[in-house]
Amino acid sequence: MSGGGMNEAKLIFEKSVEGRRATQKTPSDVGHSVNLNPDYLREAPPELPELSELDVVRHFTELSTRNFGVDTGFYPLGSCTMKYNPKVTERIAALPDFAGLHPLLPQLRLGGMLTQGALEVIWRTDLLLRELTGMAGFTMQPLAGAHGELTGIMIMAAYHRDRGNSKTTVLVPDSAHGTNPASAAIAGYDVVSVPSDENGLMDLDALREQVDDRTAGVMLTSPNTLGLFNPRVKEICDLIHSVDGIAYYDGANMNAIVGRARPGDFGFDIVHLNLHKTFATPHGGGGPGSGPVGVVEGLLPFLPVSLVVKREDGTLALEYDRPKSIGYIAPFYGNFGIVLRAYVYLLMLGRDGFLGVSENAVLNANYLRTKLKDVYRQAYDRLCKHEFVISPSKAMEEKGIRAVDIAKALIDRGFHPPTVYFPTIVRESMMIEPVETESKETLDDFAEAMLEIARLAKEQPEVLTGAPRSTSVRRPDETKAAKELNIASL
Amino acid sequence: MPFIANTDEQRREMLEQTGLSAEDLFADIPPELRAESLDLPIGMNEQQVSGHLEKLAEKNHARLVSFLGGGFYDHFIPAAVPALASRGEFATAYTPYQPELAQGTLQAMYEFQSAVCRLTGMEVSNASLYDGGTAMYEAMMMALRITRRNRVVIDETVNPIYRVMIESYTRNLSIDLEQTCCGEGQVSRERIFELIDENTGAVILQNPNFFGIIDDFHDIAEYAHERGALLIVSVYPISLGLHKPPGEMGADIVCGEGQSLGLPLSFGGPYLGFIAGRKKHVRKMPGRIIGETVDTDQRRSFVMTLQPREQHIRRDKATSNICSNESLCALQAVIYLSLMGKQGLAETAELCADKASYAYSRLTSIPGVEPHFHAKWFFNEFVLDLPEPAAEVIGRLIEKGLAAGFPLSRYYRGMENSILISLTEKRTKEEIGYLAEALEGALEGSQAGGSR
Repeated sequence: MSGGGMNEAKLIFEKSVEGRRATQKTPSDVGHSVNLNPDYLREAPPELPELSELDVVRHFTELSTRNFGVDTGFYPLGSCTMKYNPKVTERIAALPDFAGLHPLLPQLRLGGMLTQGALEVIWRTDLLLRELTGMAGFTMQPLAGAHGELTGIMIMAAYHRDRGNSKTTVLVPDSAHGTNPASAAIAGYDVVSVPSDENGLMDLDALREQVDDRTAGVMLTSPNTLGLFNPRVKEICDLIHSVDGIAYYDGANMNAIVGRARPGDFGFDIVHLNLHKTFATPHGGGGPGSGPVGVVEGLLPFLPVSLVVKREDGTLALEYDRPKSIGYIAPFYGNFGIVLRAYVYLLMLGRDGFLGVSENAVLNANYLRTKLKDVYRQAYDRLCKHEFVISPSKAMEEKGIRAVDIAKALIDRGFHPPTVYFPTIVRESMMIEPVETESKETLDDFAEAMLEIARLAKEQPEVLTGAPRSTSVRRPDETKAAKELNIASL
Repeated sequence: MPFIANTDEQRREMLEQTGLSAEDLFADIPPELRAESLDLPIGMNEQQVSGHLEKLAEKNHARLVSFLGGGFYDHFIPAAVPALASRGEFATAYTPYQPELAQGTLQAMYEFQSAVCRLTGMEVSNASLYDGGTAMYEAMMMALRITRRNRVVIDETVNPIYRVMIESYTRNLSIDLEQTCCGEGQVSRERIFELIDENTGAVILQNPNFFGIIDDFHDIAEYAHERGALLIVSVYPISLGLHKPPGEMGADIVCGEGQSLGLPLSFGGPYLGFIAGRKKHVRKMPGRIIGETVDTDQRRSFVMTLQPREQHIRRDKATSNICSNESLCALQAVIYLSLMGKQGLAETAELCADKASYAYSRLTSIPGVEPHFHAKWFFNEFVLDLPEPAAEVIGRLIEKGLAAGFPLSRYYRGMENSILISLTEKRTKEEIGYLAEALEGALEGSQAGGSR
């Protein structure tokens, strides 16, 4: 991280020098096109920057120094599962026989035979995810977690349409991630929010009153965004089933239980997984992700087109003739490059590896929670799973210290802050997910920084409210950004 | 255990300090809900897994000489694109919630938005969407939000893969989707004008269209605007190095697939959706948007902005359920565009057009091979009619190491014998010659066979 003396950020367009170039022209070996109509051409080329290759390399390398990833340091961003992303997955995804594969090849006559390796990756990933979740089959097509949610709700709607049910509402707990209600609404449902009880879990009595004939289903994350596992999850699923509703499992927090418990055994009918969380594919600064959706036997007919199937002769093929399917939710077979990386990770871990994932994720979270619980306000003082929520103590608040100040002070100490101000049901919340790939030493360092910050909050609060000091910018003005909207250099 | 740092000794120590036993960690999961031993394979190490995947990769035929396109293209990718985008500081970061730790991602996304605007001739862009198809769906929903109407007209020359996606997404919604049919390659003005009425909120077109044909939609924009509808144009960004951008034709929303901008084909993803629009509509635009501002010391800074549109604030009232973007893919695209630069992109586009024009004249000189449409203004793709079903001929050419093109019968009735052939700057005169010879041979062979 560069210090405050750095020059002001310059846009790549502002570094442009007329006539400079990074690529050399390839001479045409075939003459010029006679099929271009001058009326349809633009008057001048688009105003892209003119730079040397070194200019471009330096520009983006410099930008990378003003970024923080898992490779840089500890990144305990709650509910995002910022685990280490194995480098070997990048090398495999770049193999020319995967990276160069055109998605239309399987649509040529006998074209499936041209892509058996890629189809096998999808097919085997499906089998492994089935075993980990207890579902009967997966689609790899959803391009992100939220896209998986939408796909799941579309499957829910298709099921009810097929049954002749007229269902209008989807139940979502108040602790849920914002994508849950948004996905249900975009699929055409009214969203009903279910309150949490005093233990931070879905209030079953409230739920009983809210479930009725209009209930299409429920969307549940377990453990929830407070890091708490609901031991009565099966009762919830049974209740939803009693009105022919569908129980949807949001797999955002699957890392906590992977290899130990399966949503299918809890009674869920639809599951989405975030390959970029539990299955270690890079988050990329916010995508590309991948959100495969698994369903129980009875919902298999509704999965999107196409589906990889094994034929009698042992070869793999894409099945398109699926009359009850919700149709096409992605152009081809999902974010194949991401599925491929996750497949590599699945193979490397194996059964024992996944037991180690959940054990260490939960141990790390409880270890850190124990270290911090006497100094910070703990939302729920009990065993957590992979994450937990804390807030500034009363004494800190009296000095005017908020979650945002603690977050910014952590930046100066070399850590990425936790998720702040979510879940919204806890005031000034900081959601901490330490993940299994972090070591005890890292957790100790982080705990020490948190304790130092707590001490400073009482003794020198101005040190915290003035943070961060180690970065190229400090607390950018978001109000100004929205008010004087400048979102493109034209 | 792979990727786990804590040693057994450390685990014991940590358990002791938390006052828990290893069993306690999962005590909140009732025993009857715990999984019995899962049937998963034994883990592999890096060398073993590399060997396994290399074997699987060999089962793919990625190295055919390919004339496949249809919206997804085999363009040359400069080495600096993956070299820069794969830096861990970018690749292993997440959503830029903490702007002080994400100025790299944020500035790059602002630059991406700027590049998209400059390419398309529009005023505002977001920081990307999943892919070209979901971008078209989001563009349609945005237009319906702006116009408060529920009727959509989509032309048959729009990529059929995206049209079936739109059909799937709207099945549960009260949206009236009208598709034109049976045109002559270019968008039929007569048919499209017939379908636009006072309930139409969005007209969706594509340029170059799925048959490769180039058009200027300013007359359709005018007609739509007079009736209160918005024009959405899906566009192939490489073509914009050369062609008039939709912004100059009066388009209200521009969307498209950005795979051609430095992303590998990768069997269908990850790809890159983009969407751009007019400033007056920016608050109706879905997805992440990055804005410029200053920090407490008045230094130039970048942040996520207009977040009240988004799901984490608005929940079920949000403009979209989208939570992220395709940040790393957008980064690849802006690096690609920076390397190509003003001249390089124009030259690449020209080269694609040159190769296509040459291939068109070379292939139409084969006896029995005819252009399907009269329109001869195309960018890098065109449709030919063969004397027999295209799917069969293409199947025979695979044995010659060729992916000769795409059989249109898969999506268009009455186009049994039609093949869509796509060219990029990577295809050589020699490869085009090889395709021509192989095609001629395949047709002769079958005619000889037929007469026997």
